[in-house]
Amino acid sequence: MEHLTIAGKTFKSRLFTGTGKFKSNQDMKEALEASESELVTVALKRVDIKDQNDQILHHLSHERIHLLPNTSGVRNAKEAVFAAELAREALETNWVKLEIHPDPKYLMPDPIETLKATEELAKKGFIVMPYIHADPVLCKRLEEAGTSAVMPLGSPIGSNKGLKTIDFLEIIIEQANVPVVVDAGIGAPSDAAKAMELGADACLVNTAIAVSQNPTQMAIAFKMAIQAGRMAYEAKLAKPIANAVASSPLTAFLDA
Amino acid sequence: MPNFKDLFEQYSWDKVKTSVYSKSAQDVERALANPDRNLEDFKALISPAAMPYLEQMAQLSHQLTLQRFGNTMQLFAPMYLSNECQNICTYCGFSLDNKIKRKTLNDIEIAREVQAIKSMGFDHVLLVTGEANQTVGVDYLAHAIQRIRPHFANVSMEVQPLDQEDYERLIPTGLHAVLVYQETYHEADYKKHHPKGKKSNFQYRLETPDRLGRAGIHKMGLGTLIGLEDWRVDSFFTALHLDYLERTYWQTKYSLSFPRLRPFSGGLEPKVAMSDKELVQLICAYRLLNQEVELSLSTRETNLFRNHAIKLGITTMSAGSKTNPGGYAVEPQSLEQFEISDERSPAAIQEMLRAQGYEPVWKDWDVALETNV
Repeated sequence: MEHLTIAGKTFKSRLFTGTGKFKSNQDMKEALEASESELVTVALKRVDIKDQNDQILHHLSHERIHLLPNTSGVRNAKEAVFAAELAREALETNWVKLEIHPDPKYLMPDPIETLKATEELAKKGFIVMPYIHADPVLCKRLEEAGTSAVMPLGSPIGSNKGLKTIDFLEIIIEQANVPVVVDAGIGAPSDAAKAMELGADACLVNTAIAVSQNPTQMAIAFKMAIQAGRMAYEAKLAKPIANAVASSPLTAFLDA
Repeated sequence: MPNFKDLFEQYSWDKVKTSVYSKSAQDVERALANPDRNLEDFKALISPAAMPYLEQMAQLSHQLTLQRFGNTMQLFAPMYLSNECQNICTYCGFSLDNKIKRKTLNDIEIAREVQAIKSMGFDHVLLVTGEANQTVGVDYLAHAIQRIRPHFANVSMEVQPLDQEDYERLIPTGLHAVLVYQETYHEADYKKHHPKGKKSNFQYRLETPDRLGRAGIHKMGLGTLIGLEDWRVDSFFTALHLDYLERTYWQTKYSLSFPRLRPFSGGLEPKVAMSDKELVQLICAYRLLNQEVELSLSTRETNLFRNHAIKLGITTMSAGSKTNPGGYAVEPQSLEQFEISDERSPAAIQEMLRAQGYEPVWKDWDVALETNV
């Protein structure tokens, strides 16, 4: 299986994970270790970036894990840039998952503020990974703004509804010059496998793992599904077609 | 300019009451089966007809809460800054006609209380006062927040309703959320319970969430004081208010609380008692109506009830609460606003949560997310 490269950093695992909603930090740690995920997003609002002994950060300190601080909670580009700069200083990473969802009910990303923040953060040297709607034009605009990847949603965050935006994800994947990470709404390993079969570069999964009865086992299930989906994509899946194609064509004798 | 008052005036208390009490088992079943429940469904879920469906409601509420909030419980502590009050309220220990020793914390006392609350592990604090604009007005509150904010990730406030420009002044000092309970949406009864003081102005209080929304508050908390009037009707109006606010001030987050009248010095007997079963019904009904709203439960409730409420839809809890100014360190013996019921320490609450497979969340906000502080 090919490795994934984002902004010059190579990842063996194409499963990215989140850290919210687990019933304990220990559960989170065990699940993330089992997932073999190398990119783990952490909400700035949940950690104390000034505290060397922060329990969440402590449980994430693993040589394999690359932290991706997210800006969940900000409502506009100005707040997002401010949060990213504080995170860069405290966590010593210039990677940021840009989340600007001024609507706290459905956590819908704001495309205008996200584009503005991406432009500014990219100029400041950040590796920006913005969470967005599955909007193909916005993805191209973000590329022009200097994004390092795009993270379109499959369905609303935490909804477990799967790939409701599949038609648009296909266009985004077809047109993308940066990695496409399907983020939000992935509720089952089969959703993740499907996203990978489409050609997504990675999936980010949190709720489906964290709130399952057995997060560690679910993390392994997602790991395997993402591997299977990616392998199928690389092996060039046969495309469904409308007409029948006989394996023994009736007119083959004419070429004999 | 949008105003809830305009919508509120289209409803009649008596008609809502008749509508709620006339809901049938079929209405409840329809509400349970509807994935996009509306306010009519909510009426069915809070009606007496829903009582036989309580376990089904609880299971559904648990699933919805788990999906949205995960296995977590946010913890906060109230910090009473003052018990001075110019209002007469029939149900409150701080009422002007209640002859108690009045106290407002000064800077040194605030610092001691902060230290005591921090030492218990809290990072979210709720500042509470009575209503005494001369001594505990906006200047005092702004000053207090500026002193307290550096020590906590999140500062909320439950004080007298203020003007929009007052909120606009306080939010940049680091005020994250404001709780303002209507107490009751029954206007005539409201006036009976609040005969004197600024609080007797029903309309001004009713419009407070609008002023907060226009001021751009991050989060606001709503609720009524259960026991003053028919809780079913009051809860419908709370849900109506929430629905309006979510549509109008869509960038604000919301929380709901369900304080039941508790004993206090000079106390009032509840006009309408609410049983534990009915409180469970209400908690679940709110969750079935709204998957995203935070549901908060205070130490007014018993240990047993709180232990079980965790899996019914509650997302936020206070712990180790003191309801008197200086109650943590400065003057533990001063008179409480009301008696708490769950007296366990925050550490004991943490252990109870962990034993049930929940992660206590002490911190869920950060100054990094606010450019204006």
